[in-house]
Amino acid sequence: MSSHIVLGDEALALGAVHAGLTAAYGYPGTPSTEIMEYLQSRFAGALVAQWCANEKTAYEEALGTSFAGCRALVTMKHVGLNVAADPFMNSALLNLKGGLVVAVADDPSMHSSQNEQDSRYFADFAHIPCLEPTDQQECYDMVRVAFDLSEELHLPVMIRLVTRLSHSRASIVDAPAREKTPPSKATDKQNWMLIPSLARKRWDKVLSIQDRLLALSEASPWNKLHIVATPERKSPLGFLCTGLGFNYFRENLAEMPGNDKVPYLQVGQYPVPAGLIRRLAETVETLVVLEEGYPLVERLVRGVLPQALRIRGKLDGLVPRSGELTPENVRPAMGLPLHECRSLGLASGLPEGSCEELDETALPGRPPQLCKGCPHGDSYEAIKDALAAYPDGLVTADIGCYALGVLPPYAVPETIICMGASIGVAKGAWEAGYKHAVAVIGDSTFYHSGITPLIDAISAKAGITVVILDNSTVGMTGGQDTILPGSRIPALIQALGVDPEHIRVVDALPKNRQENARIVKEEIAWPGVSVVIAVRECLETLRKAKK
Amino acid sequence: MKYDIILAGVGGQGVLSLATVIAAGAARAGLHVRQSEVHGMAQRGGSVLAHLRLSDTTIFSDLIPRGRADLVLAMEPLEALRYTDYLAPDGAVVTGIEPFLNIPSYPDMDRILSPLRLIPRHRLIAASPLAKQAGHSRAANVILVGAASAYIPLEEAFFLAGISDIFGRKGPQVVALNEKAFTLGRTAPEAGQA
Repeated sequence: MSSHIVLGDEALALGAVHAGLTAAYGYPGTPSTEIMEYLQSRFAGALVAQWCANEKTAYEEALGTSFAGCRALVTMKHVGLNVAADPFMNSALLNLKGGLVVAVADDPSMHSSQNEQDSRYFADFAHIPCLEPTDQQECYDMVRVAFDLSEELHLPVMIRLVTRLSHSRASIVDAPAREKTPPSKATDKQNWMLIPSLARKRWDKVLSIQDRLLALSEASPWNKLHIVATPERKSPLGFLCTGLGFNYFRENLAEMPGNDKVPYLQVGQYPVPAGLIRRLAETVETLVVLEEGYPLVERLVRGVLPQALRIRGKLDGLVPRSGELTPENVRPAMGLPLHECRSLGLASGLPEGSCEELDETALPGRPPQLCKGCPHGDSYEAIKDALAAYPDGLVTADIGCYALGVLPPYAVPETIICMGASIGVAKGAWEAGYKHAVAVIGDSTFYHSGITPLIDAISAKAGITVVILDNSTVGMTGGQDTILPGSRIPALIQALGVDPEHIRVVDALPKNRQENARIVKEEIAWPGVSVVIAVRECLETLRKAKK
Repeated sequence: MKYDIILAGVGGQGVLSLATVIAAGAARAGLHVRQSEVHGMAQRGGSVLAHLRLSDTTIFSDLIPRGRADLVLAMEPLEALRYTDYLAPDGAVVTGIEPFLNIPSYPDMDRILSPLRLIPRHRLIAASPLAKQAGHSRAANVILVGAASAYIPLEEAFFLAGISDIFGRKGPQVVALNEKAFTLGRTAPEAGQA
């Protein structure tokens, strides 16, 4: 046994290695990225740890590992699971052989995301177990249990992380490592082929073991019921905590009067342990639900029919419905006052008041921005110049650093939705009547999800102009290698049917701005599908490479 | 013992390296440490905030509640001021005074420094010249760790052990440079006192 100071992401990665991991697949996405980075930096050569074209291909490759009888980890951010949803949902119907753990990192408060969807719903949707750690040690410990559970139940098991755990560092103690399982493929092929007649049998099987999943939750060491009150002498308040909601509850518990007698249930394993919740509910007059994410458990316990028990939480506004929980915003739900804050503005001290009364507008904000000299800035300037000739021009953009082009001085994009959406949205707008539509997409995002909508545009002969910003890296997540070099894009799109005369490769340099603007303008004018590839390496990646 | 530190600066300034040195020292002292970091989009030249909690008992929350931090330690004065709402009534502030200018409306320095000076326990440090004196401009982070060490309830030897843990693999010269930076920061004079 030795101890390590690691991020939550890294603790999960190390736990997976010590659980006998054969292969990990994923696509970079904050806050999940460091799981794979840790495997690649520490265990290169000892196991497979690969970035993939997107989350769907990653998931399918992990299914191949499981079919071969070995343990696989697949990593992604919450919205990545939308991309992988097809294999994910179907994998629950397979009779998995090697353990498959799906590590999904949610981003409540949208620190670096387009939404704050709660992946526990996906686990519930697929009828599979979900484990939710509250600290780095649990990240490490749960992953091994998740692999064992997956092989015992022949189901994928989800581990749901959130930003504040993924990116928080603490000390963990490791356990003896388990050997990798040698490959030995599944021989029950009828359990791996989801044609309707076989899939129906598999679905019945999944439904038939739901009681067992529930029993495992009820007995789980991560579902901890702390009761001192009895049904005869009820406690006025009791707490049902999930995920980091438990940490903030414990942070404040010492300040509650009679704190050692406050009943609570900590939920770390799903399906929701209904029996434990009933036992907690019997001993309290009011049940407060503190849940990191959507009110999944709260909606379940509230139901739709009238009930004697008073239930409070996100759905009645006691706890904020959007954004992450914090050690402060759970205090009203615990009957505790907010801490007094020193609230300093510019030039002079303002009177002290509660945190809620602070006037943060007194200080100028400092939003994230493109790095000084970033090639995306030059590309946006060129697009802006080119569009000056087209009052009906329209720019759709995509997911990546270039989303920062929404801010001045560029302020070019008009839509940013999800990976790859720029091209499809431009095509739809073009077909609706906007004949000068430009889609802006990065090289990695193009490989991830941009090729299929480009196929649609080519098929429909949509006269859009796609500008691919090729900086040879996955920039926003810290500079991972793009899955294939951007230099292969011209041949690829030519083979798909883009006229080679209208595939324009340019250098995204400040000195080329006028020339690049002229080229983009020409291509916007052309009535067929055109692609301008603006090439220049990410400055951060260049800086790291020189180190 | 419990000591909560808010670390602030601008993405790319090396705010996390401040946390790493202090955390390594605290770990050497046998304390529990939890360090919440910022990765991803927020890092790109924007305001960044990290939480570092040291304690001799279990730490539950990764985040420090506003109004409860013992110290705001910042690379840059506007970011120090931005997060003073995290300070407990008797909390201290330590910041470098050189502004990081990447926004159009950066306020006059006096409008930032004068409210910071209202905090009874403050150290406003000209970190860059001290870092150059120590041997490298990038040692500004460790200058600020040294300045903050005057408030953090850890013995000097643990900070030095932390420096050795973090910079050891870069060789004895880098360790010596950072030890010097730490000492210069620890004894640094108050900068620009009006």
